[in-house]
Amino acid sequence: MIGLYHDREIETMDKEALSALQLLRYKKTVADALKTPFYKKRLSNVGLESAEDLRSLADIKNIPFTTKEDLREAYPFGLMAVDKEEVVRMHASSGTTGTPTVIYQTQRDLDRWTDLTTRSLVSVGCHKGDIFQNMMTYGLFTGGMGLHYGAEKLGMMVIPVSSGNTKRQFQLMKDFGTTVVHATPSYMLYLYSKMEEFGYKLSDFKLKKALVGAEPHSEEIRKKIENLFGIDAYNSYGLSEMNGPSVAFECDQKSGMHLWEDSYYMEIVNEKTLEEVPDGETGELILSILIRTATPILRYRTRDLTSIIPGPCSCGRISRRISRIKGRTDDMLIINGVNVFPSQIEEVIMKMPEIGTNYRIVVKKNGLLDKLIVQTEVGPSIFSDDARDMNALKRRIIDNLRASITISPVVELHEPGVLPVQEGKAIRVVDERGESK
Amino acid sequence: MKVKQISVFLENTTGRLAEVTKTIAKAGINLRAISIADTADFGILRIILDKPDEGMKVLKDADFTAKQTDVIGIILDDQPGGLMKVMDIFNRDGVNIEYLYSSLINEKGSVVIIFKVEDIDHGLEIVEKAGLEAIASF
Repeated sequence: MIGLYHDREIETMDKEALSALQLLRYKKTVADALKTPFYKKRLSNVGLESAEDLRSLADIKNIPFTTKEDLREAYPFGLMAVDKEEVVRMHASSGTTGTPTVIYQTQRDLDRWTDLTTRSLVSVGCHKGDIFQNMMTYGLFTGGMGLHYGAEKLGMMVIPVSSGNTKRQFQLMKDFGTTVVHATPSYMLYLYSKMEEFGYKLSDFKLKKALVGAEPHSEEIRKKIENLFGIDAYNSYGLSEMNGPSVAFECDQKSGMHLWEDSYYMEIVNEKTLEEVPDGETGELILSILIRTATPILRYRTRDLTSIIPGPCSCGRISRRISRIKGRTDDMLIINGVNVFPSQIEEVIMKMPEIGTNYRIVVKKNGLLDKLIVQTEVGPSIFSDDARDMNALKRRIIDNLRASITISPVVELHEPGVLPVQEGKAIRVVDERGESK
Repeated sequence: MKVKQISVFLENTTGRLAEVTKTIAKAGINLRAISIADTADFGILRIILDKPDEGMKVLKDADFTAKQTDVIGIILDDQPGGLMKVMDIFNRDGVNIEYLYSSLINEKGSVVIIFKVEDIDHGLEIVEKAGLEAIASF
């Protein structure tokens, strides 16, 4: 279906006009960045004293990369480029350790993000009158609120149910005739598997579309979701550092995700040499956000591996498409859509001297959902003859971990010497989920 | 007298209990009482051995997580009401029993029941005051 655009002028502009707009917006972003202590130092090191020093898009590659660790070091206000009074919202994501990374938005920043999510919803054929059940978590995580406002702006009726509570999800879907849902792909499969148990059948629902994201998945999983529910499923990509959902979104052609290039400047680099790779070749996605004043971030290393799909899309949009996310260049785990770094778990374990330093992280499939298991060892110093003490210890480990990673893992107590002795943290992680995702 | 009980942390995996019994058998140590408390994913084995110190050593050498706990072994008449008598006196004095189990000893009309109470010394005192006998060693 060609011709259904939210903003035809921006979405179908020609390459030259897009490049000119990118340069203009990149300069503005550099000007904002120079207001932060973090970037002032970094950019002047490479001769960028003012936005005018950025003469062409080719100059962007001289700007140093920004990493998650940089954002953590800038916590809490080091990357705020406006007066605090101008900020109307913050979102945060888990850092690689206990310190989160925080993103600020002015009202205008939010409006532009909202506009982008509206554009994404239109590109998959959503319209006024659709009933939109948002099954992504609301809160500091951007998944829920990101699409919420874009859907409202489009005129969809939003059911802000958030994640979990499967029974209620079914009831709302039935009673309000939900036509579009937003969820992780694994939750879609889980929903289907529970339908009969909760006494529902497909004919109870009016579902037409699922917008899936927050975790990488294969084309096979998409087809499975589509076939099981008899709907269309569309892939999406986003990360909180770049606002959240709607960094890239599939259009109704389902042939890759348009990365909205008027709003983000994209590069794909070889993960080792950090040199740009040609279109079609897999590398790490590097993003600069061009539509946010409160927290400018330049050349952010997303750690996500993808490639640019060469050639134009038949939908007529100018923004190039990226492939499904093929993996990570770090050891981040995605557990039911929640990002977890092994270093966060290690930090919690190390702060509990009573438990040994030898531990192991195992990720499994529990039916259709992910299960995170943290295995620890019980040495003589913490062993108690009283099972209640042991269970209390387990509870304490779970509570401390949940406070850091936001989800509750299963904690297993093992006899010493059972877990293999390990040195590197990468080896401590055993991901048994295989390729099924 | 207090009795030395050995508690061993066990994963709920096949063969771990067999390993414990093998370890003490190889050292020529005899089991006098045994009980196991299990939860969904681990168990606590409680044993009383004829040679507790030696038993503790061989278990530790075999890398088991083991701990020594004091318990009371009360000698009771092997007839109706035998256990009731102890429960009555503990109850009267507000002694909190954490767990109890039976030993393998049953001779001359007597049995030995193992009690773990919060305050062992207080428990012993009550037992002796009531004219009951606590076993000194196995």
